[in-house]
Amino acid sequence: MTYEPGDRIRVVPAGKPGHVRTPSYLRGKSGWVEAVIGPFPNPEDLAYGLSGLPARNLYKVGFKQVDLWDDYEGQAEDILYADVYEHWLEPGEGGTA
Amino acid sequence: MSEHHPHEETARSPYAARIRAIEALLLEKDVLTEPEVQDRISYMEARSPANGAKLVARAWLDDDFNELLLSDGKAAASALGMDPEHPAEFVVVENTPTIHNLIVCTLCSCYPRAILGRPPDWYKSFEYRSRAVREPRAVMREFGFEPPEEVEVLVHDSTADVRYMVLPMRPSGTEELGEQELARLVTRDTLVGVSVPLAPDHPIPADA
Repeated sequence: MTYEPGDRIRVVPAGKPGHVRTPSYLRGKSGWVEAVIGPFPNPEDLAYGLSGLPARNLYKVGFKQVDLWDDYEGQAEDILYADVYEHWLEPGEGGTA
Repeated sequence: MSEHHPHEETARSPYAARIRAIEALLLEKDVLTEPEVQDRISYMEARSPANGAKLVARAWLDDDFNELLLSDGKAAASALGMDPEHPAEFVVVENTPTIHNLIVCTLCSCYPRAILGRPPDWYKSFEYRSRAVREPRAVMREFGFEPPEEVEVLVHDSTADVRYMVLPMRPSGTEELGEQELARLVTRDTLVGVSVPLAPDHPIPADA
């Protein structure tokens, strides 16, 4: 499934061993697609000498900091952006950020 | 070890010794050649935060270049004679009176090396990597800078195939300065976002 800017998403809450480009602090967290960066060979396969093909779509994903950390010190508007591959995303709750 | 041994510095650090041993093995097994190793060293040494400062100073003086830098970082770097070629994208994010950007790589030490060379040691530290995403304002405070409370802090975790650099705001009182003078106000830490450019009356730092 592909996503558009503004789509609500959730980061897949799975664990995966080995070389992974989605940090654990984002797993299971909800945010939105800020931008579509484009397709890249999957780095999680490239790391093991594989082709990384088919290429995976990479998205710039936004999260409200207060949704990531219970004790966040800062503004409610503060945002964390991370670049997340499509296979780590699933549709989230409706609406846009 | 002889005083004049060319690898004398290996005595200083176990990591350096390990790298030397790996390098020697790769050469011995013909995985790499000596010229390839030298090319790579030259590549890294040709890149430094001075490149970033130059991009920033030009962007402050030239609106068209500013737009290019924010829309196509590699094209902007090429336009100033730099070699931005790298498989990863190079994206520049802009600080404004209401937005302050901070860059981190929590997973390793992704950094726009093709432009800025090697990252500072603290950028690779576990402490910076874990705290910059969780308490960015406290981290910046420890670097001696705190964005005003009403400014939104945007943290960019370079988790994948994009490398980020911050375009800081031009300090006030710099209207009369030329490009080279402006570039000297842009420190390496400014380009990561843990700091802001020096004030124009700040003592000029020695060349890094």
